[in-house]
Amino acid sequence: MSNLLNILLESWGPLGAGIGAGLAAVGAGIGVGLIGGKAAEGIARQPEALNAIRGTAIIFAAFVEGVALFAAVIALLAMGS
Amino acid sequence: MELLNPSFGLVFWMLISFFVLLLILRKYAWKPILNSVKKREDSITEALNSAKEAEKKLATLKSENEAIMAETKKQRDIILKEAREAKEKIINEAKTAAQEEANRLTIAARENINNEKMKAVTELRNQVALLSVEIAEKILKEKMGDSAKQTEVMENILKEVTLN
Amino acid sequence: MDRINLKNRILTAVFWVFLGAFSAFAQHSDPNPHSEPTPTEETGEHKEHSKEGKFDVMHHIADDYSFPLAGDYYVWLPLIIFEPGKGFDVFLSKELHNPDPTTGLIRGKYYYNHGKLFIVEGGHLQLDDKGHPIGKHSAKLTDIGSSHVFYDISITKNTFGLLLSVVLLLVIFISVARAYKKRGTDTAPRGLQNAMESIILFVKNDIAIPFIGEKKYAKFLPYLLTIFFFIWINNLLGLIPIFPGGANVSGNIAFTFVLATLSLLLVFIFGKKHFWGHILWYPGVNVPLKIFLAVLELVSVVSKPFALMIRLFANITAGHILIMSIIGMTFMVKSLIGGVSIGIVTSLFSALMFVLELLVGAIQAYIFTLLTAQMIGAAVEEGHEEHKEHAAAH
Repeated sequence: MSNLLNILLESWGPLGAGIGAGLAAVGAGIGVGLIGGKAAEGIARQPEALNAIRGTAIIFAAFVEGVALFAAVIALLAMGS
Repeated sequence: MELLNPSFGLVFWMLISFFVLLLILRKYAWKPILNSVKKREDSITEALNSAKEAEKKLATLKSENEAIMAETKKQRDIILKEAREAKEKIINEAKTAAQEEANRLTIAARENINNEKMKAVTELRNQVALLSVEIAEKILKEKMGDSAKQTEVMENILKEVTLN
Repeated sequence: MDRINLKNRILTAVFWVFLGAFSAFAQHSDPNPHSEPTPTEETGEHKEHSKEGKFDVMHHIADDYSFPLAGDYYVWLPLIIFEPGKGFDVFLSKELHNPDPTTGLIRGKYYYNHGKLFIVEGGHLQLDDKGHPIGKHSAKLTDIGSSHVFYDISITKNTFGLLLSVVLLLVIFISVARAYKKRGTDTAPRGLQNAMESIILFVKNDIAIPFIGEKKYAKFLPYLLTIFFFIWINNLLGLIPIFPGGANVSGNIAFTFVLATLSLLLVFIFGKKHFWGHILWYPGVNVPLKIFLAVLELVSVVSKPFALMIRLFANITAGHILIMSIIGMTFMVKSLIGGVSIGIVTSLFSALMFVLELLVGAIQAYIFTLLTAQMIGAAVEEGHEEHKEHAAAH
């Protein structure tokens, strides 16, 4: 069992890294897209709240991006093992 | 993995440099900077407050002025009213006084007239009597020597004269 | 008015497009750097490339004992190795590049390979297939918790960058503080003083006060200001591609590990009764649930700074990897197809990425500070205030 796992980790690592990173990119893309879309909607509805919405949206986008980067780090780890 | 494994040396230097940075900056940078900023903010708020206070004072002054003006107006009105009343009172008093005086004068005049009339009547009566006597005397002296006849005539005459 | 709005909207749109492109590229580019240097090492015909400057992204991301300038030129940094009982061993990293030709060792006991330093006792070097020394007297010095008790406190590339940023921060902020003394509080701030004041006030008014509260923020403000500027200046210095800058300090796990641990310690030290009460013995539920919630809450308390640590590290590291990968693409395409016209495209792309990284550097410093403030704010909150807020909300 551990032998199989080792083989999987060693040879399939880069593949797993690629797939994982790609999935993370999809998730982050959807997340940032939703944030951007909602922010644009909000700005359209209340142009006077532009600065507040932009600031908040940047922070939330950074959160989403952070999650994607967690995945990127894990991908790096998977690739290296 | 090297990437996710903090190396001892860097953690060591990081701790040292961070604490050195924190302590030095706290004492020699953040404290004076934040104090100065706070001082400036305080002075700005103070200035704003004093401006507000001045505005408030101005407003109260204005309202006070208005109150004073209103009071003055009221006073003026009262004074004017009083003056008007006083004037009317004086006029009325004068009128009544004049009337009374006039009445008094009239009454006095009437009394005088009456008195004078009575005096005149009495005098006239006396004069008439005297005149009559003199006339009679003269007539009698001229026409008659007889005194008895004289008296009789006179009495007849007197009876005819009716006094009013 | 309309023009400003339009400009703002265009800026917003450009920003989102960049962010989208960034998150899409960041992951896809990762496999490139690692696969790229492999042929340069293994196939003979690419060996020449390694001489004129080997392009290894991971090598740039990682720490190093000497500061590479260009090609084979380095700034040598001192190694300081402390061995309990034997004292300090201090020497320049230049020696790492000139090992003893017969034993392959440096100073008779160190073995250096690809940025990793090993200690070998007895003078007999045996290598495994990865090029790592084996034998019970060998140990890698760079890791914490290695079986041998050696403390490697060398001034590495990242330590150098760290110390440089400390010096820069001290110079900048002490001169700003002097400017306040000189100009007094009556005159308006100017120049550097003005720029720094607006950022300091931003940290104070938009991070410290809203998240910690009007009453208690003053105690934590110096810490928040220090971490904000410390992270920011290291993010910026990391973007400078030439010598004094370029060290991936804030993208190193040790840097973020220390900052996140200090934030967690602040929460532990200054956590009020109300905070601990809600974590360890949640009011209003039965005992098994209380225990379950206590475990859950403890995990959440520790995972927050952990997320902070990973977020900053991953953001900055990914940014560096990305820029390096785009630049590395030039060499890859050149070796595959030939021609250097791709360099124009990659230069433009990496310039855009640099601009984006400037933004990311500031945003990450902001987010780290903000989340630290939020953690501290939750920890020092008094029960009464919360109840008042609840009462006001109802």
